[in-house]
Amino acid sequence: MTATHTTSLLQAEHIHYVHDGNVILREVTFAVAAGELVGLIGPNGAGKSTLIKIISGLWSGAKGQIILLDKLLQRYSTRQIAQIIAQVPQITALDFPFSVQQIVMMGRNPYLSRFELETQRDRQIVQRAMQRTNTLDLAERLIGTLSGGERQRVLIARALTQEPRLLLLDEPTANLDIQHQIGILGLVRNLVQHEGLGAVAAVHDLELAARFCDRLVLMREGEILANGSPAAVLTPENIQRAYDVASRAYTDPITGYLRIAVLDD
Amino acid sequence: MSSAVISPVDSSPRRHPRFLLANFGIVPRLLIVCGVLALLLFGAMVYAASTGPTTIPAGDVADALLQYAGWDRGVDVTSATYRIVTVVRLPGLMVAALVGGALACAGATMQGLFRNPLADPGIIGVSAGASLGVVLAITQFATLGDSWLLTSGPLGNALWRIPAAAFVGALITAMAVYALSLQRGRTNLAALLLAGVALNSVMGAITSLLLLRSADFNSMRAVLSWLVGSLEGRGWDYFHVAKWPILISTLLILLYSRDLNLMVIGEENAQALGVNVPRTRLILLALSSLMTASAVSIAGAIGFVGLIVPHMLRLVIGPDHRVLLPVSMIGGAAFLVLADALARSIIAPELLPVGIVTALVGGPFFIFLLWRNRRTIAVF
Repeated sequence: MTATHTTSLLQAEHIHYVHDGNVILREVTFAVAAGELVGLIGPNGAGKSTLIKIISGLWSGAKGQIILLDKLLQRYSTRQIAQIIAQVPQITALDFPFSVQQIVMMGRNPYLSRFELETQRDRQIVQRAMQRTNTLDLAERLIGTLSGGERQRVLIARALTQEPRLLLLDEPTANLDIQHQIGILGLVRNLVQHEGLGAVAAVHDLELAARFCDRLVLMREGEILANGSPAAVLTPENIQRAYDVASRAYTDPITGYLRIAVLDD
Repeated sequence: MSSAVISPVDSSPRRHPRFLLANFGIVPRLLIVCGVLALLLFGAMVYAASTGPTTIPAGDVADALLQYAGWDRGVDVTSATYRIVTVVRLPGLMVAALVGGALACAGATMQGLFRNPLADPGIIGVSAGASLGVVLAITQFATLGDSWLLTSGPLGNALWRIPAAAFVGALITAMAVYALSLQRGRTNLAALLLAGVALNSVMGAITSLLLLRSADFNSMRAVLSWLVGSLEGRGWDYFHVAKWPILISTLLILLYSRDLNLMVIGEENAQALGVNVPRTRLILLALSSLMTASAVSIAGAIGFVGLIVPHMLRLVIGPDHRVLLPVSMIGGAAFLVLADALARSIIAPELLPVGIVTALVGGPFFIFLLWRNRRTIAVF
């Protein structure tokens, strides 16, 4: 029996997920607490995105149990989940010309009934979320005209207007230039530190994950290989097992960041 | 940990279109736009009611219409002018307005639901499904055919059975086209259009077969003209049959307009924001099919109204369905009233089915949209 953390926001136990006869997740057990940024790392196809879809209730059909706050995930309605968990998805195509302001306001949907219009309070929440993500200047722009980094910040603003307890990010830095990668992860880091949110982010870049996350979960072929502090997880042995490459890990003497050097064969 | 590094805002002077009244709240925006369009609709009705075998001055028509609506303008209600306007021409105009509104609103809903600005009840085959339902009912039950379309007498048995048959045909087609075009949680444009082509031709073939087998040359002309979309001889009876399903569907769809805004961005996205996607999808598919079927059962498969009207209005007022849907309804009504006036006057005194006019306008418009979207149409 796993220890129950009193601060645990979400606890996933023995998650097993099979799709088209392929085992995508194998007995995955992990938890996220408030005020903690957890990085999901591992090679492509390790099951990071699938895990995020399953713990957010977006995909059903996994075995095992997921406890959100104090009860099972499947006991919540879609709307109730959206009041607790906010996602920062990858949006690819947008044929409909919504403005940034309208996109961010969509985060209030879980709190509005069919018969209601947004109130002054909703507009204040939107305003504040846009301040915190530095997107106020973009308010009137159409979402389709934004750069990748701008769009990602807008989606984080939208997630904040959901007033969530838990933030889920699927590859938030994919296709971004390095300064925007740092900007986005720094923003999430700040929100987690100052607002007591819990966050889970699938991150491709190991050094960035080590630098911004409190804890890393290393996955390979649907299994968790290691779960702990960045320094404890990113050992040459673990990296060898996950990525099948030899490497050295060291602390950069100037910046103090963990660095990983992949060696030649 | 340093504080978040936030990139400077891109300040390049990129052009972005501003929609009409974008800074207004939703309620004043809705009231203003609907008010303007309602005036336009009234103008269209005045123009349409003044054209015909005898031309009536627009001022007299406006007075007659207002008098009929209950605003005493001191019009002599026994005059020939008043009778021509309110008894002869008004019923057809009201049917045109109702059908146009229903098709435009159904089109806007389907475009949101399919996340696809090219969806339209005609193009994706839903109208053809409704037509097939009607023809099936008419040819299988001789008594229904006698009272529907052919005579101006009481509708009798056909009253609800014909629209019901249209609804069944429309709903089945809508679900089939949705299932065929769905790829990884979003509808693929090419798959949607191809499914529409296939369903349209299958439905059309079965419809033709049924009509040929029951060759009754008296009814053939009426049915054929109805098939391409015609408002000829549609009086109050038809208006009253279709008004309730259309108005009730509109109100219900309006309650789902915020969900539509979210679904447009992606179904997983909508679910993450608290929308019960499978249920919402089914309800919207059923309601837009019901609207289409109601319109088709009285006026045939008038094409492209559901494509052109929401498209034009979206360019002006933006994509928010809470405004777009009611506005499309009124805009569609005005559009079809004008198209009908045109159909009646192009080769006067002959009548042209209004479906031919909308196809002649809408076909090139659709080709233009295809051309503009050519980059996003990938078959595989």
